Order: sequence, then structure tokens, then C-alpha cells
Amino acid sequence: MEQLISYFQMGGHGSFIWTSYGMVFVVLAVLWLQSRRFVRNSQTELDGLAVDRPHCQTSKKNET
Amino acid sequence: MNTFISIVRRDLQLAMRQGMDSVMVVAFFILAVMLFPFGVGPEANILARIAAGVIWVAALLSSMLSLERLFQIDYEDGSLELLALQPCALEITVMAKITAHWLTTGLPLLIATPLLAVFMSLPSDGFWALLFTLAIGTPSLSLIGAIGAALILGSRRGGVLLSLLVLPLYIPVLIFGVSAVDGAISGLPIKAHLLIMAGLLVAALPLCPWAGAGAIKQALET
Amino acid sequence: MYLYKFGKMIFHKYANPTRFLKLASTIQPWAAAATIGFLLAGLYFALLSSPGDYQQGETVRIMYIHVPAAWMAMFCYTAMAAAAAVGLIWKHPVAELAARATAPIGACFTFLALFTGSLWGKPMWGTWWVWDARLTSVLILFFLYLGYMALSNAFDDPARGSKASSILALVGFVNVPIIKFSVDWWNTLHQPASVIKMDGPAIHASMLIPLILMAFAFKAFYIWVMLMRIRGEINEGKIRALRLRQVHGGPPSRTTILEKTTEGAR
Repeated sequence: MEQLISYFQMGGHGSFIWTSYGMVFVVLAVLWLQSRRFVRNSQTELDGLAVDRPHCQTSKKNET
Repeated sequence: MNTFISIVRRDLQLAMRQGMDSVMVVAFFILAVMLFPFGVGPEANILARIAAGVIWVAALLSSMLSLERLFQIDYEDGSLELLALQPCALEITVMAKITAHWLTTGLPLLIATPLLAVFMSLPSDGFWALLFTLAIGTPSLSLIGAIGAALILGSRRGGVLLSLLVLPLYIPVLIFGVSAVDGAISGLPIKAHLLIMAGLLVAALPLCPWAGAGAIKQALET
Repeated sequence: MYLYKFGKMIFHKYANPTRFLKLASTIQPWAAAATIGFLLAGLYFALLSSPGDYQQGETVRIMYIHVPAAWMAMFCYTAMAAAAAVGLIWKHPVAELAARATAPIGACFTFLALFTGSLWGKPMWGTWWVWDARLTSVLILFFLYLGYMALSNAFDDPARGSKASSILALVGFVNVPIIKFSVDWWNTLHQPASVIKMDGPAIHASMLIPLILMAFAFKAFYIWVMLMRIRGEINEGKIRALRLRQVHGGPPSRTTILEKTTEGAR
């Protein structure tokens, strides 16, 4: 337990280190989620349009 | 060459007829600098310390003021398309418009500078350096700004966008301009700074009209 | 001219969005796996198995994310400018989309480089921010990314937006070395004795391993997310083309849609 606490303290600079890593994680995760939502939304919209006109199969099904 | 001169003349005449444009730019320049004594206090030594930077930044901002309308008006009323259809290269037209822009903003700023140097109690050693750096710096500003002005043609919220595009690109000119004046005040040789500023100008002279013409072409295409 | 033809030959193959999508969907899972694998390995070495630096103590661990993020900031801008150039010169629709897709990723990495640098600076130099040459030029780079993104979204017609922003990316690319150089000089004039040096003494292998692993993780992440975003952009192009067809009426044939797709994708 002691060891764990001292590990997280990182020699007194824990807050800086963990905030850095946390921020990297958060920013990259948000970027990834936003990109995925962008792709999914556009895909559903495109599929919806293609269903209206079934003879134009330009969309590809479920490629993620 | 004839086209070049006739476009410059046309733009100058337009500026004259609408009047006020250059006056407004100079008024903004003076007002912006005037705010600083109110902001930081009227002590002469503090003002003298920041004079070069403040005057340069104010000149930079005021030369950006009229940039938005550099191509916008001609774009909206369709005369830009006529200018693009002329037999000469579009780059020449762009260069002519940049020249007219400098004559209506850069030059008046230069004329107003001595007054501001007095207001900001700029040390006399720096005065000629300031004037000289502005003289070779403001054309670079007009040239770089023209790219931004061409890029925003037909966009939403052009003005704010323009400053976001152009200000980062202005930084080198500002840095060398101000450090030349600071160097002159503290008695250092400033030849290198001036040479670099001249180098920036010489590099911008062909590149900026070229890029600006490219931007205008794609704006007119669609 | 030969160069132009040569480039056309090379790039032509993936100018067709459909063919590109096929390639992308094979690469994407690999990129995702590589991201997660390198990230886990990198985190293990960065946080658990590497010693603290004798000079910088434990804060050196920030370096393992800060330096790769800064590398990515530069790399993304170069990639963006290169893609923009290919898009402008060879009228390559996918390249333009790639430039558009790269910008937000690059902006995120630039932000992370600044943020982690600031957090590293506080315990090391005692201040969150210094107008150090390198920090300043990275900050300007961040604004170049913002300008690019703002411009590419500022037009009602997205084709205009991506062309205009491609020109801006190239202009900015020419300017990046100038900014770097001018800021370096500006800094030396104002603080002649610079105590701040980002790169410490010769780097030890125990520090190099996590650094390289994290760099690979970030790069794989970039490829992964970029391919996702390009797919999204291609979809948007198709949607616009279909909408345009609907408005103008008439049953669209497959070929016209594909034509419109490549056109709209530009």
C-alpha cells in the first residue's frame, strides 16, 4: 500500500505527471470518438439515401 | 506594365472617391497607439521601452483593417472576373492591387509614424530605424495579407477569419522589425536585421502574388 | 513536366475513392491493433519499468508523451502540406480529403505537446510558460492548424473550402521554417543566456525505449483516425452528390454518381 501511494506520488510531482497522461488520454479519446461518430453518422445518412434509390449501391455495408 | 499601372490608378481613384479609407486607417493607427499610455501609465521611460513594439503592432493591425476589402468588393460586383479575363497574367493584377493597397495604407502609416514616435517618446536613435523598418516591412505585410484576402473570397465571417489566417504569418516581419529598432536604440549593428527584412520582402514579392492569384482563380472557378 | 506525369502515374491508382476505401479497410484494423499494442507497451515502459532521471526525477516521464506529441505536431503539418500539394497539383480528390482529415489530428497533438510541455515546465523551470523559441513556434503552429480548419469549413461549398485551405497549408508550410528561424533569433536577442534546454544530456536506452514506443503508438493512432476521417469525408461527398441529384431530379445512373462523388469529394 505504501509502495502504491509513493508510486502515485511520483516523488512529489505526481499531479503533473498524471494530469499530462490524463490529458493525452482524454484528448485522443475524444478525437477518436468524434471521428467515429463522424463516420457512423455519414454512413447511416448515406445508407438512408441509398435505400431511397436502391439501384445506386454506392455505399459499402458496415465497414468500420 | 500598362495594365499594372492602369489597375493601380483605378484602385487609387476608387480609394479617393470613397475617400476616408486611408484616413480611417491612420486614425485607427493613432488611436491604437494612444491607448497604451492609458493602459500602462504615462511614465516616459516605460513608454520609450515599449514604443517600438507598440507602434509596430499597431501598424500591423491597421494595415490588416482594409485587407478584407482588397479583393472582396471587386469579387462581389464581378469586376474581379473581368480583371482575370485580361490578357495579362492574373499575378500582375494581384500585384497591382497589392501596390494600391500599400499606397493607401502602408504609406499613410509611414507618414503618421513620426507623430507617434513623439507620443511614445521613442529614443531618437531608434527613430530612423523605425521608419526604415516600417518602410520595408509594410510592403511585406500587404503582400502576405493579400494571400489571406484572396483565400477568404466568398466565405462566411471573412473578417475574423482573415486575421486568424494572416496574423501568424505576420510574426516574422514583426520580430525582425521590432528587434532592428531595439537594436538601434541600444547601439547595436542592425544591418543583419534590415537585410533579413529585405530578404523577406524579396521572397514575398514573387511568391505572394503567385499564391494570391492561385487563390483567386479557384475562387472564380466555382 | 515529367515529374508531373510521374506523380500522376503514382497517385492515379488511389484517386478513385472506392478503391481507396478498399485499401483503407484493410489497413484500419492493423493500425488500430498497432495503436493499442504500442500504447500499452509504451505506457508500461514509461510509467513502470523505467527509472526516474537523476537530474529531472520522476517528471522525466512526461517526456515520453510530450516529445512524441511534438514530433507528431510537426509530422502532421508536413503530411497535411504534402497532401494539399498533391491535391492541388494532381487534382487528386483523396489527397485533399487526407489533408482535411489530418488537420484536427495535428491540432490535437500540437495542443497536447503544448499542454504537457507546460506541465513539465512548471516543476522543471518553475513556470508554466516561457517565451522560449521552441514553445513560441509550436504555439504559432497551433494557430496555423486552427486557421486551416477554420478556412476549410468557412465556405458553403466544401470543394471551395478544401482548395482554399490547401493553398493556405502550402503558404504556411513555406512560412514554418521562417517562423522557426525568426523566433530562434528573437529569443537569443532577448535572453542571451538561455538556461532552458529541452533535450537533456545524451539519452539513455531505458528512456529511449518508451519514447520510441510512444512515438509509434501516436503514429499508428494518426493513421487509424485519419483513415476513419477520410472515410467520413468520402461519405459526405457522396451524400452531397446524391442530394444534388435528388434536387435536380431524374434517376441517377451509377456512373454519374461516381463522377459526382469524385467531384464532390474534392
